[in-house]
Amino acid sequence: MNKNDSASPAVLLEVRQVTKQFPGVKALNQVSLTLNQGEALAVIGENGAGKSTLMKILAGVQTPDSGSLIIDGKTVSISTVEEALTFGIALIHQELNLSENLDIAANIFLGREPNSWGIINRTQTYIESEKLLKRVGLNLSPQTLVGLLTVGQQQMVEIAKALSINARILIMDEPTSSLSLHESEALFAVIRELKAQGVSIIYISHRLGEVNELADRVVVLRDGENAGDLDRASISHDQMVQMMVGRNVSQFFPHTSHQPGEVVLEVKNLRTPVNPNHQINFSLKKNEVVGIAGLVGAGRTELMQVLFGIDTPRDGAIYVNGQEIHIHSPKDAIRAGLALVPEDRKLQGLILEMAVRENMSLASVSRDQKPLGIINFAQERNLTKEMISAMKIKTPNDRQIIQFLSGGNQQKVVLGKWLAMSPAVLLLDEPTRGVDVGAKEEIYHLMVELASKGMAILFVSSDLEEILGISDRVLVMHEGKLTGELSREEMSEESIMQLATGQIREPVKT
Amino acid sequence: MKKVLGILILLIVVCIVTAISNENFFSAYNMQNVIRLTSLFGIISIGVAFVIISGGIDLSIGSVICLVGSLLPFLLVEKGFSITTALLLVSTISIAIGLFHGLLITKLKLQPFVVTLCGLLIYRGIARGITQDETQGFGTTYAGLRYLAIGKIDLPFIEGFKLPVPFLIMLGLALVAAFFLNKTIFGRYLKAIGNNEVAARYSGIKTDRVVIMAYVICSFLAGVGGVLFALDINSVQPEGIGNFYELYAIAAAVLGGCSIRGGEGSILGVIIGAALMRVLRNSITMLGIPSQLEFAIIGVVILIGVITDELVKSYAQKRRALQQAKQTSG
Repeated sequence: MNKNDSASPAVLLEVRQVTKQFPGVKALNQVSLTLNQGEALAVIGENGAGKSTLMKILAGVQTPDSGSLIIDGKTVSISTVEEALTFGIALIHQELNLSENLDIAANIFLGREPNSWGIINRTQTYIESEKLLKRVGLNLSPQTLVGLLTVGQQQMVEIAKALSINARILIMDEPTSSLSLHESEALFAVIRELKAQGVSIIYISHRLGEVNELADRVVVLRDGENAGDLDRASISHDQMVQMMVGRNVSQFFPHTSHQPGEVVLEVKNLRTPVNPNHQINFSLKKNEVVGIAGLVGAGRTELMQVLFGIDTPRDGAIYVNGQEIHIHSPKDAIRAGLALVPEDRKLQGLILEMAVRENMSLASVSRDQKPLGIINFAQERNLTKEMISAMKIKTPNDRQIIQFLSGGNQQKVVLGKWLAMSPAVLLLDEPTRGVDVGAKEEIYHLMVELASKGMAILFVSSDLEEILGISDRVLVMHEGKLTGELSREEMSEESIMQLATGQIREPVKT
Repeated sequence: MKKVLGILILLIVVCIVTAISNENFFSAYNMQNVIRLTSLFGIISIGVAFVIISGGIDLSIGSVICLVGSLLPFLLVEKGFSITTALLLVSTISIAIGLFHGLLITKLKLQPFVVTLCGLLIYRGIARGITQDETQGFGTTYAGLRYLAIGKIDLPFIEGFKLPVPFLIMLGLALVAAFFLNKTIFGRYLKAIGNNEVAARYSGIKTDRVVIMAYVICSFLAGVGGVLFALDINSVQPEGIGNFYELYAIAAAVLGGCSIRGGEGSILGVIIGAALMRVLRNSITMLGIPSQLEFAIIGVVILIGVITDELVKSYAQKRRALQQAKQTSG
């Protein structure tokens, strides 16, 4: 923190030893960072490293338990979003917060409409908006409905909105996660332009290539603590990964190649209700770990949901062990030997108000029932005990209400729930989202181990490191279409991103 | 047990306060009355508890009671049905009503509030139409049947006090209900659905079936209640019988620890809740409080109970979170 003090031109913002505690997890522990004027600072780290919490503290969404924020050399306290805005700090969330039914100008001035006696001065909003749109390089009329814009354009509107309140510090949380390559380029151009105008940018991203391209400096967080800084000269992909993970990557991802067995799951000409224009064909073999990569909105989750019977396919066929199966509900899917660890753990994976034990047995309790539908409590206790020790789930006891466990331990319970059913095919949708680094590694090991024992594993992930780390094979989707398949030898961040952004090349058949 | 402790204490306090002011409160006659009515209301409250635990609501209970309660004497006395046929018919009707509600709510995704509100209007309307709004009753006949509602059983060792038969009926139903809720996969699924229907579905639970079952149980027990209420009062006015009973039942269930958000509840709590409702009404008479104030007092007491419960709960949750934080950071 003090290494660059003398060299820095003008320190705009300083975060000093900020700590934030949530029930069950210390999100930030004595985290510090500095931000100079006109600088693009990248904050990177694994999911759960504390990046988002830190940004929320800066933007006044959350307040720190201890530590201080210093702006222009003065210690300030920021406890609401409004206060953050008065200091010129604006946060652009990963999920954009625009009203699609309003036009661009109305969105930019939402809540701050220039008015007389409550009547909005529309002309003024349009004139001002036009200027702002020019600054972000958006060549559109301010009267355009936001709902008609692409995600990339909407993001520009968000930035324009931030500029309209004279933001000096613009915080962007994974701004490119749902942008096409082209849109990302446009965003970078705007960021460079803003930097030249003296705006400082804090940029959170998982895409290390972008960070490399854009950032003046990198701050790495790991497990809620500072894991080091990198200045422009020392930014490199390997350095960043090393700092984020805290050890050599090859150890972190336990990939071991297995001879794939016979085909377990085969999908033929499947059309999902969300993306009915594309037919999906692929197969999954025993002992295989196959990743599905793609950008947000590529249709990966929708595919998982069709396979698991949450949605019904338009047409096409699904075969398990060579037999065609008709899946109309998760129950049918389970009967066929499928299991899904869903994307949204809290909404789809767990009954938060129930105990570890009750969550663990939720899928298997009906199989294990005694006559008259009586729960087999002994079996339930045994199962839970077994899973807790096998997966090293940290919980005081099996009657602990599950919402009080950490994300990683919660995810292990969801996994345990399905392992109790001994599925032939394990589907996982973003299996390590919101999971701390330690548990992440354990989940990877578990996935690989299950595959080695004969399970077929198909997982969706937006984390390329993860895809590259443990997949034997990767399927890539783009806008509902399966754009390609890469073997372990062919897969790289570049080859996957090419397919994920729709720059089609011939799918390689193995 | 912890969850029902608060309301149990409240019940005991109300009993003691009333007993101190009026010695007749603990008289055999008064107790028999309170227990009989508690049992009748307890039965319908158990039913609605199932629906509330599933995350739904049933506003039609009072009208189901009206329909069944009017039809039973109508079929027996006016139409000359045999007891078996009449009972079978009204049971079928109440089960069909629950099935109807459940199907509309799960398959058509209609709001439980709206579906059962319409039910509230429809079933009473049908009852009044069939009976032409005429008072129905058993007169002096059907004494054997009426024993179910007004019968009393001598207890050994206790002089003077006789146990009302409805208490035994309620006890049996409560035991079965508690067994279902706590020991079977149906009960487990019901609680899971009440807390998070999506996650329940993602776990392979056929959520629709479980929810439909809850509405069937609710309407069936309302039907049982309707039979017993009719046998109890003997002169059934289709216009008035069962009015507001759904609200008493819901209040008893909520007092007994059922979260209106779904997912939790205990049968014992519901029975104690029903008892508190009856004792409160009884106390108001016993204490000589003007009966016009009855609703106001019941409302205030329930509100106090629910507020206290919520405060205790959020306090406990905060403490737990704090302890958790200490554990993980320590």
